[in-house]
Amino acid sequence: MFEQSIILSAIRDAIDWVLGLVGQDISILPLPVQVVLCGLIAAGGLMGAIAFAVLIYVWMERRIAGRMQARRGPNRVGPYGLLQTVADTFKLLRKEDIIPTGANRILFAFAPMLVLAGVVAAFAAIPISWDADKGEPIMIADIDLGIFLITAIVATEVIGVIMAGWASNNKWSLYGAMREAAQVVSYEIPLGLSLLVPVLIVGDLSLGAATEDQLGGNWLIWRNPFMWAVFFIFYVAGLANCKRAPFDLPEAESELVAGFHTEYSGLRFSFFFMEEYASMTLISAIGAIYFFGAGDLFGLQGSSSLIMFGVLLFKILVSIFVMMWIRWTLPRLRIDQVMTLGYKVLTPIAFFLLLGVTVWDLYDLNDKLWELFSRS
Amino acid sequence: MYFDYTNVLIFFLVGIGFVGVNMVVGSLLRPSKPNPEKNSAYECGEDPIGPNRVQFDIRFYTVALIFIIFDVEIAFLFPWANSFQEFKAAGLGGLVFFEVLVFVSILFLGLVYLWAKGDLDWVKSTEAQRRAALAHRRAEEAKETAADSAKSESATELDLTVAAEAGHH
Amino acid sequence: MTAAHIAFAAFALITVVSAFVVASHRSIVHSAFGLFFTFFGVAGLYLTLGADFVMAAQILIYVGGIMVLLLFGVMLTPSRRSDFVPARFLRALTLGAIVLVGLLWVLKNAHWATQELASPESTIDEIGRQLLTREQYLLPFEVVSVLLLAALIGAAYLARRRKIVD
Repeated sequence: MFEQSIILSAIRDAIDWVLGLVGQDISILPLPVQVVLCGLIAAGGLMGAIAFAVLIYVWMERRIAGRMQARRGPNRVGPYGLLQTVADTFKLLRKEDIIPTGANRILFAFAPMLVLAGVVAAFAAIPISWDADKGEPIMIADIDLGIFLITAIVATEVIGVIMAGWASNNKWSLYGAMREAAQVVSYEIPLGLSLLVPVLIVGDLSLGAATEDQLGGNWLIWRNPFMWAVFFIFYVAGLANCKRAPFDLPEAESELVAGFHTEYSGLRFSFFFMEEYASMTLISAIGAIYFFGAGDLFGLQGSSSLIMFGVLLFKILVSIFVMMWIRWTLPRLRIDQVMTLGYKVLTPIAFFLLLGVTVWDLYDLNDKLWELFSRS
Repeated sequence: MYFDYTNVLIFFLVGIGFVGVNMVVGSLLRPSKPNPEKNSAYECGEDPIGPNRVQFDIRFYTVALIFIIFDVEIAFLFPWANSFQEFKAAGLGGLVFFEVLVFVSILFLGLVYLWAKGDLDWVKSTEAQRRAALAHRRAEEAKETAADSAKSESATELDLTVAAEAGHH
Repeated sequence: MTAAHIAFAAFALITVVSAFVVASHRSIVHSAFGLFFTFFGVAGLYLTLGADFVMAAQILIYVGGIMVLLLFGVMLTPSRRSDFVPARFLRALTLGAIVLVGLLWVLKNAHWATQELASPESTIDEIGRQLLTREQYLLPFEVVSVLLLAALIGAAYLARRRKIVD
């Protein structure tokens, strides 16, 4: 019929168990209903996870910013200020929703939906762990196109941003949106080129295959001397794609007020915020899976998929911390510097790295060098 | 395959629905007291000046054009990267590498061309743009002069202004 | 009526309705945003045909690339609403009707090879194989790079020319 991934079949079993309490089983539901129901529960779980993660991230960001600037950060609401973001959420819920006169109401409302939907859909193709018994990755949908689909689907976010900027009927918004679009689009080239390298080595577009390939400490970052440079390009381009500092000029507070979301207020604004943190997580997850062995800890994790999930989560959090560290350390770039870096530095280097990695892999230089080394 | 993509689609729709549901729930909790002042476009407290949908520079367009070409290139390279190990296992690795070397080099040539021509410069291009516009205007004036000798005096005057402007920069 | 039929109908509906908005809306920016949904609908149609790589490429290049280009193009032209000209509309309607009749005629008379839709395998491996094999699509693959180079140079040249005219 169809192959259900581990998560979805677990959800299916759970539904079956719940229906069993009332003396039924899952076969009373027609097949399409089952499929949609399982998908909805999985997606709902992901949305909950993202919302929870954003609460933690915002708290982290404020505390880290505080420490880096030799101040305390939020510390009054709850222990260590942990409930500060929860309180802020209620504040945002209670804020009036303002749609400026002259704004296009439909596009204004649709833009945050589109921006968020792309990132959420991309998470469906991210493996969160590895099941050693069944020998397959734990993910929602193990798509053969994997990273190619993720790249494609994340690219739709730009349209949402331009839509938000144009629909707002505000000069700041439109300037911010155009800048953002030009920047994101420029950095998609080095991002795509650097993602080709792990695909090339693994020989499969699916991220699940990359997870399997790196089990037992065989991380892609050790495979050849170019990988650190490739990862660096990936990370910088990823930062630019998330609009994170030092690439946050689409929403440069000091010059463009708040960029493309100037006119967004309250809850509606918070979705853009959510998207920023969600795409940071996405980039970090891809980085961890494609360069740093996904959930692998040199094989020490044994066959427990739960520990692997924890390890992956830890790697993602480290990456998020580095992003925050960069934000509070580096000053914002100017638009011409952004463009120069993208087209004249990262893109050519990414081209050469791609060819270099291909040659290295083609002639198995690792083995040859090892032979040479061990002979002498 | 369809089943996997159904799930991606469900995730996409849930992303859209999440915003919608939250906005509806939020509307029960939040106040709504609009007034013209509050609803006017934000321009740092001033009344908005001029049309809000401003025109943009051609540079943005150039960036998008360059991007599309490289985007298509990357779309072609993904199947190659996917199949490389398979070809290598079949002993055709060198051939496939050469094929892609040609493909990438030709497009890299394009990047070099853009670089040399200054299309990748964000700031310098405005200067070049100004100069080009001035040269163009001059050529137009010269054409008019040739066509209509009666207005030659005023044209020369204009020409002089243009020359003075060009000299100024 | 299977799930595949419903999916096809939904994607076709999105495509046609948004294409109608593109063609009929007075504001050019609205038309551009309408095109976004058309591209998405077409991507969905590719998927229902089992062409997953083409679907992703459609999203990557058309939704993420061409759309941005179009919107940038729209943003740098002075915004004005197109007027409704009855004579022009009538002409377009006639032409459209002729094309529609032609299409319907073809639809009716063509011999369609039909096949039950089983869930197909991903096409990506086969595409990679054929694209790089000399007997198959290697030459087109290499020629594409030359074509892209020509497009790149042409586009840059035109963009530079446009600057002069402004």
